[in-house]
Amino acid sequence: MQIKSLLFAAFCVLTIAACKKDNDEIKGFGSIEIEFDNQAAGSALVFGKDYTNAAGESLQFTTFDYYISNIVLVTADGARFVVPQEKSYFLCKHDDADTREIKIDDVPAGDYTSIEFMVGIDSAKSVSPIGERTGVLDPAAGANGHYWSWNSGYIFVKMEGTSPVAPPDFGNIFQYHVGLFGGFDSPTLNNLKTIKLTVPDEAAEVREGKGAPHFHLFVDAMAIFSSPTNVSIAATPFSHGDAFSATLSANYVDMFMIDHVHNP
Amino acid sequence: MNKSTYLIVLFAWIFASCGEKEHDQPFAGPQLPSNFPPPVYDLSLNPVTEAGFALGKKLFYEKALSRDSTIACADCHISFSAFSHPEHPTSHGIDNLFGRRNAIAAQNLIWAKEFFWDGGVPNLDLVPLNAIQSPVEMDANPAVVLERLRQNAQYKAMFKAAFGTEEITTAHFLQSLSQFMAMLVSANSRYDKYVRGESGGDLSSDELAGLAVFKAKCASCHDTDLFTDNSFRNNGILNDFSFDRGRNEVSQLPEDVGKFRVPSLRNVTVTDPYMHNGKFKTLAMVLDHYASGVQDSPTLDPLLRQPDGTLGIPLNAQEKTELIAFLKTLDDETFLRDVRFAQ
Ligand code: HEC
Ligand code: HEC
Repeated sequence: MQIKSLLFAAFCVLTIAACKKDNDEIKGFGSIEIEFDNQAAGSALVFGKDYTNAAGESLQFTTFDYYISNIVLVTADGARFVVPQEKSYFLCKHDDADTREIKIDDVPAGDYTSIEFMVGIDSAKSVSPIGERTGVLDPAAGANGHYWSWNSGYIFVKMEGTSPVAPPDFGNIFQYHVGLFGGFDSPTLNNLKTIKLTVPDEAAEVREGKGAPHFHLFVDAMAIFSSPTNVSIAATPFSHGDAFSATLSANYVDMFMIDHVHNP
Repeated sequence: MNKSTYLIVLFAWIFASCGEKEHDQPFAGPQLPSNFPPPVYDLSLNPVTEAGFALGKKLFYEKALSRDSTIACADCHISFSAFSHPEHPTSHGIDNLFGRRNAIAAQNLIWAKEFFWDGGVPNLDLVPLNAIQSPVEMDANPAVVLERLRQNAQYKAMFKAAFGTEEITTAHFLQSLSQFMAMLVSANSRYDKYVRGESGGDLSSDELAGLAVFKAKCASCHDTDLFTDNSFRNNGILNDFSFDRGRNEVSQLPEDVGKFRVPSLRNVTVTDPYMHNGKFKTLAMVLDHYASGVQDSPTLDPLLRQPDGTLGIPLNAQEKTELIAFLKTLDDETFLRDVRFAQ
């Protein structure tokens, strides 16, 4: 209910802002697309290809999946369009390109210059009744493999791969599974991160009856290995919701950027 | 929608039972005892119906919930021991693997805020996923388990009876198990009858003395008539928790190392062995621990540090006898022998 009224408020602000600016041209609703284009070492991420991290270790990726939620679109005037909660949960999987192209409909027309979203699943949704967890949030279906049942919660970022420096006893694999939303009744570590990105130049022009503008995001898989802290696979080959996950989430918080916006 | 299905099922049931034998009572749902606080679990989101309970019970006893169909929930949670695993210090699961922890008595679950020794699961509906996926319990992929159930005509019919649709969803699967588990209420011990002023609630002078000692020395943690304050604490059974860090494994907070959920003490005579690791076989050993065996570590509960620097809870021989007499009044024969819950 609260979300609805928030949404309504945001919508009003937006409408007023839009009216002030250009009453004739900008009204109605359109769509936008957001593409999550995974990168590594300056070009498209390829599973099985050799990369080298900041610690000088050679590695290959086999999994790179992440949850995106709570998307907000912001215009140049600062009006915020909060994507309705029930349409705002996505699981982007590297090996399934369709999951990395998000389309959002019913967006109020306007010139959008920044987007905000969360990496992971917010705490309210993380503890929501099982009947509300469908699609990518269904622990036995869409979220299977992206959900911890022993520490109830979603795996926000799931990165796996191989490296010669990873323990040979386990087939040289490394696994970084980052989750933890802060806890339900008793507190836990909180790895939820909110990302705010601004367009490099052109705004995304949402117009009624026109094609959807396209935010083309780059997501640098290698970011998890450095800045602010260099991560060594030899030192830490596995992290499944442990204290080290705080280091990983602090590193990946800057893995996103808007490469460009494409208006139709 | 849930509510109206509930009503329809209820009415259907009442009508059906009208036509039947006189003594049949309509399905009552879980007992909500007057000496308990209000339940934590939101029963309005998943009202317990007779069909949902029957389905949940069948699933609780269903071995197909494990990877190789060899083990059911009920194999580790046995009705006559308050749904704990008797004589197993740590539970014995699939492939003969032993877990690290003692099975918790599955009782009064709708009053729990967080589940398992470390509180890793905040909602009863999510508990079965943990058991099903745990490599030392049932080691199965829940998607595979659901697919198995979907191939079974009897289950399809039971889901339809319980939820109005043959479609076997994750939510309905988990909610039916919750409906069974919600019914596992133990609140008819001699102590309960004493507290509620019901007949059969006479306590002997030893038992009453034990209750007084308990209130003075134990109830700060084993609080309310649920006998737990639902908190996580280190009661000093170990001083090195590297094998099992308890709440810290879930929270990752350093102050949580060695803290475990305060367990209820209901039916405590049948839930042995005691503590998360099954360290003590008898209640006498537990009391000796509190009186003289508490081990120090940085997260030891402050209540177990006496002002003079000694550790533990001072208990003389008589107090120990009285405490044990009192703890035995928490046995609930009605619950332990309830045929609705047994296979
Ligand atoms: C191999 C033995 C085993 C099997 C099979 C098993 N459990 Fe458990 N169960 C345990 C153990 C051990 C614990 C305590 C574990 C912990 O706290 O980490 C536990 C804890 C629980 C609890 C928590 C009680 C509380 O108050 O926190 C519930 C509820 C429960 N199990 C239900 C189930 C259900 C439902 C199933 C079947 C889907 C099941 N269990 C299958 C061993 C088992
Ligand atoms: C500081 C809080 C605290 C106090 C005070 C306390 N307990 Fe406990 N008790 C716990 C915790 C925590 C556990 C579980 C510890 C574990 O398994 O690691 C526990 C476990 C137990 C168990 C084992 C139950 C089971 O099913 O495994 C019994 C029995 C028990 N306590 C009895 C008592 C009695 C009797 C007293 C008073 C003399 C008492 N406790 C005082 C915190 C407390």
